[in-house]
Amino acid sequence: MPQLDIRDLHAHYGREPVLQGVSLSAERGEVVGLIGPSGSGKSTLLRALVGLTQPSAGEVLVDDRRIDYRDRASQRWLRERLAIVFQQYNLFQNMTVLRNVTIAPLEIQKRSKAEVEALATTLLDKVGMGHKRDAYPDELSGGQQQRVAIARALALRPEILLLDEVTSALDPERVNEVLDTIRALTREGITMLIVSHEMAFVREVSTRVVMMDHGRVVETGPPAQIFDTPREDRTRQFVSRILRH
Amino acid sequence: MGTLWERLVLEAPEFFNSYNLLFLAEAAARTLGMTAIGCSIGFVAGLALAVLRGSRAATLAPARWLAVLYVETFRRIPFLVILFVVLYAIQPLFPDASLTAIATVAICLLSTAYLSEIVRAGLESVPRQQLEAAEVLNFGPARALFQVVLPQSWRVILPPAVAFAVMFIKDTALASHMGVVELTFAGKIFVERGFSPVLGFGAILVLYFALSWPLSRLGAYLEKRLAPARHP
Repeated sequence: MPQLDIRDLHAHYGREPVLQGVSLSAERGEVVGLIGPSGSGKSTLLRALVGLTQPSAGEVLVDDRRIDYRDRASQRWLRERLAIVFQQYNLFQNMTVLRNVTIAPLEIQKRSKAEVEALATTLLDKVGMGHKRDAYPDELSGGQQQRVAIARALALRPEILLLDEVTSALDPERVNEVLDTIRALTREGITMLIVSHEMAFVREVSTRVVMMDHGRVVETGPPAQIFDTPREDRTRQFVSRILRH
Repeated sequence: MGTLWERLVLEAPEFFNSYNLLFLAEAAARTLGMTAIGCSIGFVAGLALAVLRGSRAATLAPARWLAVLYVETFRRIPFLVILFVVLYAIQPLFPDASLTAIATVAICLLSTAYLSEIVRAGLESVPRQQLEAAEVLNFGPARALFQVVLPQSWRVILPPAVAFAVMFIKDTALASHMGVVELTFAGKIFVERGFSPVLGFGAILVLYFALSWPLSRLGAYLEKRLAPARHP
């Protein structure tokens, strides 16, 4: 039984279809890399999974439980298991680094202060931000904010982590510090869906790569297949164009 | 000028007696009280309207429409007209209602409309992504509003909100037309009792200034303090 099972998912922005029947599953501990051109629906897929964009058809199962995106309780249950990190980090600007990381575990998950603060300290150290726990987001660089955002997502103790182009908004020299952080996470057995344009990185960390175009899955396979011997013309075209850069 | 000066010197001891000073203080307190209560209630109600207008739920659409109608209507009616409409609407229902209470209700109605626009601009200044981040962390709507959005909106809300309150300290003068004994009415009474207008209105001029100057300074301080950084 896959931990995450997406079946024939559809979504629209207004009348524009952005997901046109995406089926995809992830086993526990798998790292799934999502690639494809801009507008292919990768980010929308992640947004739909966490309920920020309402799916118009299809179903999502987490641990074999069907998610009802119109039901608050079902969404809450989902969001305790599934965390997302955004391209623009979206840290709360009015809170310190530590508060950003601890507020949801403390006040929403109602976990103990001692446990949450210990975990937050561990996580902030792990992403290399322990020394900035009392800083405000606007005092940090983009890469630093993104590392805090990853710690904030992990503090929820999610079973599945969604990463939505988390390095796209960063200065080129800041990209590696964030990729290093994610690389370390992939060794810890947390299930991940990674949307990224860093092809070398996707190839390195993914157990499986999914090529998307026009709101559909074009091809799925191990990294070596997708990047070296793609079966679909569209994948070959995309990969060769990207890798030539 | 000499005669005016002589008249002022002559009237001053009688003008500044304890009875008159108490009367002035009471009028000043009434002006300040009506403004403070009116703007406070107006702020809370305005916040509610702003939140309502920002909501996206389809079921709230009629309420949103009413909120827009309310705000757009009340911002286009002169305060004096609102005062008299409220006076004639309330008096048959509550014959014992004091004029001060009636004027305060009118202030609430108007300040709700204006402050809701100020609050709305503040709430909209916070990027939508902040709300999305709160949503995926399972924040409920109220928690997201009070812990994420509102704290980041103060810098946009407070300077114009304080400016509005300062302006209203002056506009409560219109309540004198319906007989509320606030500062302007007090000035008229002094003149009717035979004091020089320079003395009577001079005194209330000083009091208006004394009421609004500290508030203006507070507004300027908040603007400076809240402007550059987004965190408190």
